[in-house]
Amino acid sequence: MRIYDETLKSRLMLGTARYPSPQILKQAILASGAEIVTVSLRREAAGERAGQKFWDLIRETGVKVLPNTAGCHSVREAVTTAQMAREVFRTNLVKLEVIGDADTLQPDLFGLVEATRILTEDGFQVLAYTTEDLVAADRLVEAGCRVLMPWGSPIGSARGLNNVYGLRAMRARFPDLTLLVDAGIGVPSHAAQAMELGYDGVLLSSAVALAGNPVTMARGFRLAVEAGRLAFEADPLQPRDMAEASTPVLGQALLGGAVFA
Amino acid sequence: MTITVIGAGVAGLVAAVTLAERGAAVTLHERSDRLGENAASWLAGGMLAPFCEAESADPSIVAPGRAAIDWWAARVPEVMRQGTLVLAPRRDAGEVQRYARRTREGLMLDAEGVEALEPDLAGRFSGGLHFATEAHLDPRRALVALAERLRALGGTIHFGSDIMPEAATGDVVLDCRGIAADAPQLRSVRGEMMVLKTRDIRLSRPIRLLHPRMPVYVVPRAEGRFMVGATMIESEASGGPTLRSAVELMNAAYALHPAFAEAEVTEMKAGRRPAFPDNLPRVTRRGRIVSVNGLYRHGFLLSPDCAAKAADLALGSSSREEIAA
Repeated sequence: MRIYDETLKSRLMLGTARYPSPQILKQAILASGAEIVTVSLRREAAGERAGQKFWDLIRETGVKVLPNTAGCHSVREAVTTAQMAREVFRTNLVKLEVIGDADTLQPDLFGLVEATRILTEDGFQVLAYTTEDLVAADRLVEAGCRVLMPWGSPIGSARGLNNVYGLRAMRARFPDLTLLVDAGIGVPSHAAQAMELGYDGVLLSSAVALAGNPVTMARGFRLAVEAGRLAFEADPLQPRDMAEASTPVLGQALLGGAVFA
Repeated sequence: MTITVIGAGVAGLVAAVTLAERGAAVTLHERSDRLGENAASWLAGGMLAPFCEAESADPSIVAPGRAAIDWWAARVPEVMRQGTLVLAPRRDAGEVQRYARRTREGLMLDAEGVEALEPDLAGRFSGGLHFATEAHLDPRRALVALAERLRALGGTIHFGSDIMPEAATGDVVLDCRGIAADAPQLRSVRGEMMVLKTRDIRLSRPIRLLHPRMPVYVVPRAEGRFMVGATMIESEASGGPTLRSAVELMNAAYALHPAFAEAEVTEMKAGRRPAFPDNLPRVTRRGRIVSVNGLYRHGFLLSPDCAAKAADLALGSSSREEIAA
């Protein structure tokens, strides 16, 4: 999976918030095989570098840290947070969230495009948390974004892929862009489904962090993402209305009923 | 045997009392000028809720947590054994089922069951979970009572006394400084809380309100006061509460009962919980220094067990070098 200049083996990215403990977070990261984890600067900081000890624990796993602007509700807030994150984590990568609705936490697409433009001009490499809206996606690409992350469903809702048609259309529209499904994934089958649609990867957080056993769930997601990707690469069957026998029936003794070739 | 304890938060006070009860001559040093100042435990909820806490914490906390209820009840006034009531807003009612799956001992209640326990919440919740054997106390009254008990047992407390463990006198030194100890791997998990005062609503037990984004609790205290807490933020920052956290806590109280909208906000503070990577406490000995730290959000729940282990190490009845509580 290509994220700007980085090529990653794992197609799974994990969030780091709300685990029972940093130790379980570490074990979950290892079990997931993720090479990138997101860290929210906003809440963990409250002051510059105030979350340093927590970040150090994450870094001990050897994974790359992708700062995000989770919880930012305005362009200015998101841009400032991204700039702070670049200082703290020494990376140009940023997962850009500009929240537009407090209830559904859906992105403010207008603010997102504007913030993407500002940050791209400032040298950032933006991974944009967006919806499956194709027009917004076009505008984000125009603004310099090369990794789009449409939601499956609202953040933390565990509802899976709400709009499979929309996600499929997005994949078809941007065959060469890196696309990840971000948000709304609840169980591994949701992740597998996203991968079967041809998405490059998935980003999830609470599905693992809030599971009864986060480490086991992380392993489940690792396998599901691999399985879904393999299915996509193998060119799967399309659903059909009629049964199709996998063994030829010609020449067998059949009682009653016709055989249609 | 003479023992010097450094730090008069819940870890230090419980350890000092435990050692004094076992016959040691205890001197307690506290950097602050008065009890509770700068102590995370002064801002605690005071819930003795081992089963509820085990929803997200390691199950090893349950046994020592249950024993802690009796420990406190034998030593401080007003340990209320009314249990804990776990509720979820109607639109998140499924959270109660999930909570029940992940905990033990919770009794499922319907709306009438909730009303029977807390009449003022009648009609507001379609169901809940009651953990009948859990308890709560007022942390400040408890710490004051422990300080009195320590003095009654012959111990002395020096406030405004900032000493390092290596420089302290005594056969054994107990380092109970929490965050200030700056131990390897120790981090701070910031928590913000507020105290509300109203006579318009009465509660008999701590209420945990399950919300997917912001689980909070409301703990009733004497004289119409309610402690609302607490945020959990991975941060070393020591400043006051943020507006965002204040709004979230206030919203939660309001969601529990609209009468809180008219409550007086009498206090709003932020503290730092000391925690190790597994969020479990550690009791260790190196030379004549025994360290108790990392009580995280379980200061009142786990300090009696930690103190017993520290006393074993200090008084020599345990040869183990390190005990993970």
